Amino acid sequence: MPSASNRTLRVPALARVEGEGGMVIRTHNGRVSDVELRIFEPPRFFEAFLRGRRYAEPPDITARICGICPVAYQMSACLAIENACGVTVTGPLHDLRRLLYCGEWIESHALHIYLLHAPDYLGYQSAVEMARDHRAEVERGLQLKKAGNEILATLGGRAIHPVNVRVGGFYRVPTRAELEPLAERLRWARDAAVETARWVADFDFPDFEPAYEFVALRSDATYPILEGRLGSSLGLDIAVDEFEEHFVEEHVARSNALHARIRGRGSYLTGPLARFNLNFAQLSPMAQEVSRDVKLEPPIANPFRSIVVRAVELVYACDEALRLIAEYRMPDRPAIPVQARAATGCGCTEAPRGILYHRYRIDEDGLVAEARIVPPTSQNQAQIEADLRAFVEPRLDLSTALLTRQCEQAIRNYDPCISCATHFVSLEVRETD
Amino acid sequence: MARRRPKLAVWKFASCDGCQLTLLDCEDELLAIAGAVEIASFPEASRAHVAGPYDLSLVEGSITTPDDLERIQAVRKASRYLVAIGACATSGGIQGLRNFASVEEFATVVYAHPGYLSTLERSTPIAAHVPVDFELRGCPIDRGQLVEVLSAFLIGRRPNVPTYSVCLECKRRLNVCVLVASDTPCLGPVTQAGCGALCPASGRGCYGCFGPADTTNARALANRLTETGMTRPDVVRAFRTFNAGAEAFREESERDA
Repeated sequence: MPSASNRTLRVPALARVEGEGGMVIRTHNGRVSDVELRIFEPPRFFEAFLRGRRYAEPPDITARICGICPVAYQMSACLAIENACGVTVTGPLHDLRRLLYCGEWIESHALHIYLLHAPDYLGYQSAVEMARDHRAEVERGLQLKKAGNEILATLGGRAIHPVNVRVGGFYRVPTRAELEPLAERLRWARDAAVETARWVADFDFPDFEPAYEFVALRSDATYPILEGRLGSSLGLDIAVDEFEEHFVEEHVARSNALHARIRGRGSYLTGPLARFNLNFAQLSPMAQEVSRDVKLEPPIANPFRSIVVRAVELVYACDEALRLIAEYRMPDRPAIPVQARAATGCGCTEAPRGILYHRYRIDEDGLVAEARIVPPTSQNQAQIEADLRAFVEPRLDLSTALLTRQCEQAIRNYDPCISCATHFVSLEVRETD
Repeated sequence: MARRRPKLAVWKFASCDGCQLTLLDCEDELLAIAGAVEIASFPEASRAHVAGPYDLSLVEGSITTPDDLERIQAVRKASRYLVAIGACATSGGIQGLRNFASVEEFATVVYAHPGYLSTLERSTPIAAHVPVDFELRGCPIDRGQLVEVLSAFLIGRRPNVPTYSVCLECKRRLNVCVLVASDTPCLGPVTQAGCGALCPASGRGCYGCFGPADTTNARALANRLTETGMTRPDVVRAFRTFNAGAEAFREESERDA
């Protein structure tokens, strides 16, 4: 029988997350003495082998960092390279990028809400097991996910690692007629997203509200996806090219990922909760109404309610995609020409799980001389550990099994993408010697 | 008495998760698949883990760490059939670019304290370590081909997955040849079909994400590519992407031209 005062909570391999990581929490005399989110996803060295590649190649190459959010990588890479080359993509080409990105938000959020996170709230090991009792909901989730994937396939050629994105725009742009069938499915998806928000809003949420610094792109004009400045709930307001002056990454021994901190302050949270809290007013009227209807108003500080925020963003992404399709006019050309020049550029976009920063230095031959990529999960990692520490300490009276599951759930609040910065956690509580 | 459902396991090594996500992307078929097989181990989708042996293991990713060298042996021992899925598992993947450079130097570029890292010199496909019953290509794999492979192994027949080049799919799709018509560099003639000729249909050249087709002539294509204005380093880069370690692509990229 483990003593209540000295315990080790261990999850060797986290399930229902993307990539491979684990968790260890040690307690001593009723206090948490050590928390580690372990990343053992093998290093793949993208920033190294990008060196010497042509300036047009990073969108296709960096997409392969993550099969769940390849568009985020493609978009941050394009913005960074265009920034280096002095080009800004605006108008219908920007709108098409936004539509493609909406497809990824819908696919990724539906995947996370239904297949990865909801089983925690309802007490199942997986969505397949959950489907035995909640078949209609799981089928709704899968069809929502499919609606997102159809946007990706229509605009990008395929759902995973789309082929139609290039620096400057696209290889080929769709006709209005090609987008019409998408609109029909999206009208269904938007209703399904509203039902999703109502469904998840009724889940039970552990009472937990840490004092976060929320970081997201901010814009007065729109709910930011690939536009805006970087802002925070503690007053940070900087241009994207000031990112590295304010955010630092540290390589820590237990992890193959790099931990990010705000200089002089510490950990911060990026992702749906941050976007929602900083940009609520920019959500579409329908998304705001659904949000109020399910009693979700900013600021939301309970990370377990991130599943409801994702559902509201799901409504928004469907609504926004419908608007973009309705207003679409086929551009004269599929891409703006982008000539390489010796320069450095950076780009930041809102991946489904938070801000994704890229910087490239291009040399006079048009080759990548240096690349830097800061994914959302490595930014959230320090905050995930802080959450676990704060969450566990007042709950040491809970059974090992329950506390284990809740810690896993707390990690999944972040929809961690460990390939971006892992798959397993077995949480085990044992007595310390 | 009900027949025992075959046990399916999904394993991940160094990869982006995109190929196993393809299984979850079978939105219309997923619950039917979960009814036809017992999903015994699939960490990305479930906390439940049923011990082996497994009737079919899908293996994503390449071997890049000392631990994974041992883990793939255990996966093979526990599996009746083992299918390698995707470019990482079948050729070493994009992380295989380290095979053409020094991994120490790579680690120093990315990490402040490379001493903490545990990694191998080379990224290698699954078949370099254990016998593989079938290799499904693609970066990522095609959803239709995945369902075909699952069906074939569950029924006990060979998968019907063609090994001819993208050109055949491109013609069938009535695409205009981008290489002939507009001198757009295209790896379609030497790349295995399976994607449905997506890139030429989007007006760009194929970039070889399904790896080399059966009996290719990469050298002849390389010569043709230089006629489009590509320099030799451009041609080398074109063969060194997601299947850089596949024999036909590697040989051409290492040739003294």
